[in-house]
Amino acid sequence: MKARVKFSKTGYMKFIGHLDIMRYFQKTIRRSGLDVAFTEGLSPHMIMSFAAPLGVGLTSDAEYMDIELGTPPSSSQTAIDALNRVNVEGITVTGFWQIPEDKASKAMTLVAAADYELRFRKGYAPAGDWQSGISHFYAQKEIMVLKKTKKSEKEVDIRPMIYEMSVNAGTVFMKLAAGSAANLKPELVMDAYLHSIGAEPKSFAYEIHRCEVYANIGNEKKRRLVPLGELGQEIPPG
Amino acid sequence: MRKLALNDKILLSIDKPARYIGGEVNSVTKDKKTVSIRFAICFPDVYEIGMSHLGIQILYDMFNRREDVWCERVYSPWVDLDKIMRERSIPLFALESQDPVKDFDFLGITLQYEMCYTNVLQILDLSQIPLLAEERGEDWEYPLVIGGGPCAYNPEPIAPFFDMFYIGEGEVIYDALFNLYKECRAEGISRQEFLRRAVQLPGIYVPSLYQVSYKEDGTIASFHPVCEDVPAVVQRQVVSDMTNAPYPEAPVVPYIKVTQDRVVLEIQRGCIRGCRFCQAGMIYRPTRERSLDCLKEHAYKMLKSTGHEEISLSSLSSSDYSDLGGIVNFLIDEFGNNNINISLPSLRIDAFSLDVMGKVQDVRKSSLTFAPEAGSQRLRDVINKGLTEEVILSGADQAFHGGWNKVKLYFMLGLPLEEEEDRREIAHLAERIAEKYYEIPKEQRNGKCQINVSTSFFVPKPFTPFQWARMYQPGDYLGFAKTVNHEIKAMKNQKSIRYNWHQADVTLLEGIFARGDRRIADVILEAYKNGALYDAWTEFWDYDRWLAAFEHTGIDMDFYTQREMAEDEIFPWDFIDIGVTRKFLLSEWKKAKQGIVTPNCREKCSGCGAARFKGGVCVESKG
Repeated sequence: MKARVKFSKTGYMKFIGHLDIMRYFQKTIRRSGLDVAFTEGLSPHMIMSFAAPLGVGLTSDAEYMDIELGTPPSSSQTAIDALNRVNVEGITVTGFWQIPEDKASKAMTLVAAADYELRFRKGYAPAGDWQSGISHFYAQKEIMVLKKTKKSEKEVDIRPMIYEMSVNAGTVFMKLAAGSAANLKPELVMDAYLHSIGAEPKSFAYEIHRCEVYANIGNEKKRRLVPLGELGQEIPPG
Repeated sequence: MRKLALNDKILLSIDKPARYIGGEVNSVTKDKKTVSIRFAICFPDVYEIGMSHLGIQILYDMFNRREDVWCERVYSPWVDLDKIMRERSIPLFALESQDPVKDFDFLGITLQYEMCYTNVLQILDLSQIPLLAEERGEDWEYPLVIGGGPCAYNPEPIAPFFDMFYIGEGEVIYDALFNLYKECRAEGISRQEFLRRAVQLPGIYVPSLYQVSYKEDGTIASFHPVCEDVPAVVQRQVVSDMTNAPYPEAPVVPYIKVTQDRVVLEIQRGCIRGCRFCQAGMIYRPTRERSLDCLKEHAYKMLKSTGHEEISLSSLSSSDYSDLGGIVNFLIDEFGNNNINISLPSLRIDAFSLDVMGKVQDVRKSSLTFAPEAGSQRLRDVINKGLTEEVILSGADQAFHGGWNKVKLYFMLGLPLEEEEDRREIAHLAERIAEKYYEIPKEQRNGKCQINVSTSFFVPKPFTPFQWARMYQPGDYLGFAKTVNHEIKAMKNQKSIRYNWHQADVTLLEGIFARGDRRIADVILEAYKNGALYDAWTEFWDYDRWLAAFEHTGIDMDFYTQREMAEDEIFPWDFIDIGVTRKFLLSEWKKAKQGIVTPNCREKCSGCGAARFKGGVCVESKG
């Protein structure tokens, strides 16, 4: 069976990069005793794919990976417990669902959006009232920013990739496009906002937390965003 | 949540912050209020190297089994963090508690290779511990700095930096040392008095309690304890029963990929072969095996507790393990279908090993390794490397027929009694192996073959039959390599042979550190103060800086390298008794000069002296 696992990455685990998190889970799943499936061939590897890589320094309540199991666990909760028994502090499995077998249901291909919370680190917030301009910023029709890639720099309009943006008591909430089609990083949005109010973005200023990752079960024009976990079936106990 | 020693800003600005945060699976955390001894165990190189070292894993586990001890790990901060720590005076910390090392009771540093010596100074320096033991005072302001590992068999070049050394295998005497420490601290005695008592324990060497004097020609005139109650000879400590020796059931699992990212099963310690250049072959005598049953149990437990996807055998020469078939077939049967990779290093190439290697690895991708060490049979007899050309060629032939087409060959250059012809023979041997490959009909072989020849330069090591040997100048070494290179280029199948050789200048330094005396410490200190660090890393190695340090301290490099030592010369390491006698080593040196080989320990006991430990092969052969 195919399964989707949701986990949080908090505390010092934010210093562990995406590739190392994959390695971490390969070993963790083995320790847990879950009957995980491997690819065929001379050098088999664990069948495992992650929804959306999280950068070093960020924390998250909503990391998703898909795995394949030979024998299904007796319930979602059994699998969650088995993994959490062998997890380190900072990684906690919070959900486990059975998902459809087809390729189109892979978490990686489904990712369409993500929620983020951004705060300034102590001492890094711009002086004065930096919060009140956010609603105006978000209300704009177009937000042009200079996007640097390895090869070139180009002006792009990021506004269509911002699905929500608000601020509450110093915490900026953003719902942004994510995934292979369009991906927008929260720090880029915040930098653009700070520029727009005449403040200079500083490196290392933000503390960013990912709250949820969504699939779009609507269409381009009318989005219907659903958390990745909700696309699967929970396996009830007994 | 533990508080990290480094803040987020630092951690996010350096390479691989996971090196410094601890908290890995199976790392041990205790309440510091409940322990009496805090031990920082250090491998003075970067995390990925240090975490791959089995010895530390064994001691970490063993120490932490004691309720009254909390052992934590320390590695060299990489150069990026090193700079930040110096600029901001951040004291070096242990990974588990993140507490400064200077607040610990012990700082234990393993000495696995000579080129880590400046990193030892870095560890002390960043820990804010005075570099010289004599500057650490009478009271208990600083931890006791204790060294161990293979380089401790000649601790003299770094003696002034250590309060004490442990000579031998760590499993044996640490419990007694910890008990003594607790007693002494409870009694409230001074650091000096503790060292006086500790030196009574077998295997413990306290450099400050010994005096050296030198002759006019620079050699040692005398080496003796400063007072009568200090033992004149330090006995190497040896585990007699490997099967019942402690072994970690749950080694620490790093977050980042380290060099040895797998379960390691130490199947035996020691080697029966007696190659005359090899220090490990002498200082780990006698060869002692772990029982098959105990290895099986370790394999299950360690795979379960770590989740590693690979298991590897560790020993100096796995083929000499008496039940190799038993352990290898067990691993294949038990884990082969379980998607666990099985890695079998240091196997002699023969029908058995090719068969099992064919089962556990992709023949097309993997390469086979031979270590003839010397090109000609004459020189292989000199160094007592029992490998014959016939064995190499037939092994290669079988391998080629089995589908392999990549071969690695390891040699040394600058060996005692080596001549120009021996160097050229390296090329000829590689050529003959290539010819074997091309004898196979074209349609049956797998493209071209690839023979990789590597040479390193021989470094004479203490407690080997070659401890008396001379070294050469960097230019000479490069000339030796040139001969090999030139000869390879003249071979018919030269396109199938690749050659690479090691740096020559670093070899010389290794030689000086390996056989040096206490006076060498000044050079190491001077070079470190001038920025030498990570000398084992090619990108940081700076020979000129070392030349300047020798110049500045007025120490003559050639004295340590460019002369054959007299048979009766007092060596700096003579006060250590490893079991193997100087008499035996000298007779081996003489036999080398006559090209006489010595049989291995299983064939015939040569009376090296290790039999007094009453263990392993010494007991086997008598039973």
